[in-house]
Amino acid sequence: MEPRVVGAPVRRKEVQGKLTGTAQYVADLVMPGMLHGATIRSTQPRARIRNITYQPGVPWDEFVVVTSADIPGTNRVAAIMDDQPSLADDHVNHLHEPILLIAHENQDLVRKARTLITIEYEPMTPVFDVDASLSAETLIWGSDNVFKRYLMNKGDVDNVWEKAAFIVDGEYSTGAQEQLYIEPNGMIAVANPSEGVTVWGSLQCPYYVHRALMHLFALPADKVRVVQQETGGAFGGKEEFPSVIAGHAALLAWKAGKPVKLIYDREEDMAATTKRHPSRTRHRTAIDADGKLLGMDIEFTIDGGAYATLSGVVLPRGTIHAPGPYLCENIRVRSIAVATNSPPHGAFRGFGAPQSIFALERHMNKVARAAGLTPEEFRRRNFLRTGDATATGQVITQPLDMAGLLERALREADYYAKIEQFRKSNATSVLRKGIGFSTFFHGAGFTGSGERYLQSVLELETTADGGVCILSSMTEMGQGTNTVLTQVAAETLGIPCDQVHILRPDTAKVPNSGPTVASRTSMIVGKLVERACIELRDRLITAGHLRTPYTPEEFATAVRLCGAFRSRVRYQEPPGIHWNDETYQGEAYGAYSWAAYVAEVTVDTLTGETQVDDFLALQEVGRVLNPVLAAGQIEGGVVQGLGFALLENVEWRDGAMANSQLTNYIIPTTMDVPPIRVLFEEVPYEHGALGAKGIGELPMDGPAPAILNAIENATGISFHHVPLTPEDILRGLEQNTKTLEILEEEMVR
Amino acid sequence: MKRLLDVLREDLHLTGTKEGCGEGECGACSVLVNGELVNSCLIPVAQVAGAEILSIEGVTGNGAANRVQQAFAECGGAQCGICTPGMVMASVYLLSRIEHPSREQIREGLAGNLCRCTGYQKIVDAVFSAA
Repeated sequence: MEPRVVGAPVRRKEVQGKLTGTAQYVADLVMPGMLHGATIRSTQPRARIRNITYQPGVPWDEFVVVTSADIPGTNRVAAIMDDQPSLADDHVNHLHEPILLIAHENQDLVRKARTLITIEYEPMTPVFDVDASLSAETLIWGSDNVFKRYLMNKGDVDNVWEKAAFIVDGEYSTGAQEQLYIEPNGMIAVANPSEGVTVWGSLQCPYYVHRALMHLFALPADKVRVVQQETGGAFGGKEEFPSVIAGHAALLAWKAGKPVKLIYDREEDMAATTKRHPSRTRHRTAIDADGKLLGMDIEFTIDGGAYATLSGVVLPRGTIHAPGPYLCENIRVRSIAVATNSPPHGAFRGFGAPQSIFALERHMNKVARAAGLTPEEFRRRNFLRTGDATATGQVITQPLDMAGLLERALREADYYAKIEQFRKSNATSVLRKGIGFSTFFHGAGFTGSGERYLQSVLELETTADGGVCILSSMTEMGQGTNTVLTQVAAETLGIPCDQVHILRPDTAKVPNSGPTVASRTSMIVGKLVERACIELRDRLITAGHLRTPYTPEEFATAVRLCGAFRSRVRYQEPPGIHWNDETYQGEAYGAYSWAAYVAEVTVDTLTGETQVDDFLALQEVGRVLNPVLAAGQIEGGVVQGLGFALLENVEWRDGAMANSQLTNYIIPTTMDVPPIRVLFEEVPYEHGALGAKGIGELPMDGPAPAILNAIENATGISFHHVPLTPEDILRGLEQNTKTLEILEEEMVR
Repeated sequence: MKRLLDVLREDLHLTGTKEGCGEGECGACSVLVNGELVNSCLIPVAQVAGAEILSIEGVTGNGAANRVQQAFAECGGAQCGICTPGMVMASVYLLSRIEHPSREQIREGLAGNLCRCTGYQKIVDAVFSAA
């Protein structure tokens, strides 16, 4: 047998093409006779479309123009609720909503033509604010402007307030955040009635796009093909949105009878595509005299924008994560996703959890203060332990030691010494230093019954060179799918990684292994790889081609003797998983990853600027399959979290992003990033691939509250929202005295 | 008028130089013009008549670029890969100016190149180990 490959820093499988610039992203593709497409969008947030005129200045007869009347199937972007039109017909519900598509072989003419289309509107009253929307004075969606409500209940929270030693209220909010993959969205389509529709593009979920195209064109499954090109980052931003752009490219190609390339420029991508849902969380928390949680009453509200997209599934993840890794017998979370006339918000790494965890981890510090405890001591008294039940009644069966995890993180960060040191140094400096932390969990895989409904399939086939090839719809978008799934196969079969191939997702060739989302690739689909490998190996042994132990060469010989063979496995729910969609009780996730993050900051009290000086990220994520890739996921997530906390501010105008440029929407650069120390504890999870749990989203959850807790430690000011800009901090410093008074009043005895 | 980026990508089919923003902020289109690091999305092609242009295709496998590329592979400096050619160009430029840069000098040298995947740490590690 070869040396073990799991747990080793195996090189990224597709790295060579990325380093040399030969990797083929969609913008790099050229097809003969190809036209360039563009999307004509609404300039009104809510209006009836009155008239469309094409001004002279370009040869309009050479253009392909597509309206909703050209759609062969259903004018909907097939998702969960199917409420979003592919192209608006008689009215628009948000700024930048697609109305028309145009294409021409000359890209300069396309640019000019975009400016020569005049659309007349009859404006209607828009709603941009969630409270105004909830009042339902102006109906903009359904009968009540609500996409989804959830009620998650454990015990009886209404009965705890009388018994409480302290009751602490708080309200917290988070802003929208742009995914800002460096490669903008793009698709190329070939489409005609005889061959059907094929698209090549930048995307996360080939079968989401496949389904959307079937509905849009009223075509059977075998007439639609979706091929993923190399994808230059996604982070959720290419989860559901590619269904829109694939549909548009294909509609143009269908009408033109020629290939059509539709690539967004950065400004269009930022203004018109999905972002992280803005949120508001209200907490009312009861604790006893010993600082133990008695009751948590939580309201969680997210702004979904004009159409439902994935709001109905972002909301439950935010809901379930809202009470965090703490034991409390009485928990109620009421959550709601509300319509506004903004471009729809959608998937972004963490999927609702970073929002509700930000609120909770700021609030836990406030509750600790009310109880007269340090933030760490308050948490120690309340952490979930093995055998305890979460808010959904899920009993933690895995070994869990959150207090130990926190203690190690604080020790590694030299927390206690720094608290002392900063208290002294801050007294005499305009540069105030602070240290803070957050403790949190993140569930991996689809929420509740999701994985059971998905029924993911994966195939493994033998190859002529004596190796195997993995066939799955899991996409590589930088996070390491190709490498990690290869490692799982190589380890399971006892062969080197270069004897394992992996096919680029193409719906004509790979089965539906579900979407590449929800931190599910390693844990859930990796497990399918492991099972498919075992099935193949057992078949080779049963057929007499292979005897254990074997060398990679003997395996290759056995594969050649066996000839072409394909093993196919389907998701099997681990035992003990039960979920009730009605009561919101049961095993919400197969497994949780657990973490304690510590941030150290310097706040300049003259400029309001915050520099994050040091960051420590300690997590328990099951078995680490590839330490370099795993650390890369954590570091990247922490930096996105830093941007979410301090830099990434969406300015709104008429319900849409006004600062839709990299010049004025600021993401972290090398100069904004602290040294990040990444530490793992490994508790293997028996139902994940070779012991792995989810990892991709976890690091997005913890940085924002850890950083704001550190800012509170530095300044003595409790801030309640992100992004927290220098202007906010200066205002806070000015109102410092007043803020402290309000804090005192809020702590109702 | 065409931008240098368009001439490279569309006329010469050298698609290793990427367009991330078209406004000179992200650095994905970084190339060397007469040895100077520039964003090729901001250069009208007429401005570079007679100049020597080096793109990722031109540096791959040579000296410093080879060391940088190997170090990126080793250290995990490339994830989605869209910023990577630009990062390699900026690193090659940095190493042409400072043979053994400190981590702080590397951070400053790469401050014009955005990466959304890595958090930069492994990129800085890679350039440090390549120097």
